[in-house]
Amino acid sequence: MLLDVSGIETFYGASQALFGVDLTVGEGEVVALMGRNGMGKTTTIRSICRLNPPRKGRIAFDGRDTAGLRAFRVARLGIGLVPEGRRCFPNLTVRENLVAAARPGQWTLARIETLFPRLAERRDQFASTLSGGEQQMLAIGRALMTNPRLLILDEATEGLAPVIRHDIWASIRTLKAEGQSILVVDKTMAELLPVADRCTIIEKGRTAWTGVPAALTDDIRDRLLGV
Amino acid sequence: MSRETLISLVIVLALLAIPLWATAVGETFYITLATRMAILALAAVGLNIALGLGGLVSFGHAAFFGIGGYAAGILASHAFNMEPLPFGLPGTNAMPVIWATAIVASGLVALAIGAISLRTAGVYFIMITLAFAQMIFYFAISWPAYGGEDGLSIFVRNQFPGVNTLDGLTFFFVCFGLLMAGLLLFSLLRDSRFGAALQAARQNERRLATVGIAPYRIRLAAFVISAMVTGVAGALFADLNRFVSPSMLSWHMSGELIVLIILGGVGRLAGPVAGAMLYVAFEYFLGGITERWQLFLGLLLLAVVLFARGGVVGLLAGKARHG
Repeated sequence: MLLDVSGIETFYGASQALFGVDLTVGEGEVVALMGRNGMGKTTTIRSICRLNPPRKGRIAFDGRDTAGLRAFRVARLGIGLVPEGRRCFPNLTVRENLVAAARPGQWTLARIETLFPRLAERRDQFASTLSGGEQQMLAIGRALMTNPRLLILDEATEGLAPVIRHDIWASIRTLKAEGQSILVVDKTMAELLPVADRCTIIEKGRTAWTGVPAALTDDIRDRLLGV
Repeated sequence: MSRETLISLVIVLALLAIPLWATAVGETFYITLATRMAILALAAVGLNIALGLGGLVSFGHAAFFGIGGYAAGILASHAFNMEPLPFGLPGTNAMPVIWATAIVASGLVALAIGAISLRTAGVYFIMITLAFAQMIFYFAISWPAYGGEDGLSIFVRNQFPGVNTLDGLTFFFVCFGLLMAGLLLFSLLRDSRFGAALQAARQNERRLATVGIAPYRIRLAAFVISAMVTGVAGALFADLNRFVSPSMLSWHMSGELIVLIILGGVGRLAGPVAGAMLYVAFEYFLGGITERWQLFLGLLLLAVVLFARGGVVGLLAGKARHG
């Protein structure tokens, strides 16, 4: 397993957010992390990246326990995060955002610009002047520039226009076809399920269900995902 | 050419024009004034790397300025008195050697100060850099070998191979040349990958960590480079005044460098140059009228902070490229 999360419990100060999340991502696999709002999807991701290190449980990346590592160390092991809300560096140019993060590997500036031609057009513009969709592309591009073994996408298409969402999903499918391991959080089932190899559903800070998308019955959807 | 590049060029050419004009009309005193502007500008260019690009408000850069000054003073005094330094090394009056010494000494001290100070942030960082600078200040006062509180005189200005540094205009060109080198370094750093990461660290440290870059190391490197540039300026300052004293290490000096940058424009290429020109002009012209010229400097600073946050460069060239 590339990523193996078992029984993690994470706290924000005194209040507990995760009560035992189990999650695995294999090499080349796309795993969808699902659940209703406030159930702990983002906290799980923050725990994996050690922005909010868990108090209990174990997270292993490529067989290595990440306990005690600082956030930048985990990133260097090969976890590329595309955070919720498209967090670019607003006062750097598109090119600077990308090259600042670069680590050697197959992803280069030229390849990112082929994947997202819009970024090539806006190379010398400030990230703050980009549209929401373009900022999202930049955030994905920036994470890819670190040549991650695991790409984590947290709500990558939230609040974007349908055309842009279509583009981003297309690029995610391209990445999957190339064998990129991806952990993805998204609310649009129609687009998420066809891409995912497996799904993990979190409820109230616990892993409630894991399985292939085809096994996701209406009953489970109603109980764990319905609003 | 962008508007900012044009404004930067105008500011630098204006500084260059002062001594040329002064020579033409025979008012050689203004050459000294322009040299002072160039040296203070260089010191502030150094601080601008930490403060402007990295957002590190160092209130202790006088330490590096003073260490550069003492490097010049100590080496020159040993050369003058023909006394060897510890380990039998000879003193020297060659500027390139003195500059190299100033760079290495201020760099090493900055590495130690930075390694500790950069573990803090915000107001604590300001205070801890101040505390380190004050330690060095009191050390200089209580160290009798090099004049203690009275300071140390350099009897003959140090030499640069091939030119006569005793000539005011020539010395100005030496200082101006180093200022240009400092500005080149600043712009190269700003546009490099390192510069992007440094500015990213200022904007959001966590976000930088998630792409696998340790903000601490980037900042430490920037802090050391920044101190080295300020150190060279200190060596030049000692040569200009032919005198070094603990006042170069005092917190007034640290404050002065910050004021220069705020007046000129934080993080802007030519900001320190504009700030230094304005500051020295104020000091001289208003200082001639009233002893309390700093009151007016204070009012100007207040006006800049309240109404023109980008300083002189911001006023002339518009908003910062990197906010």
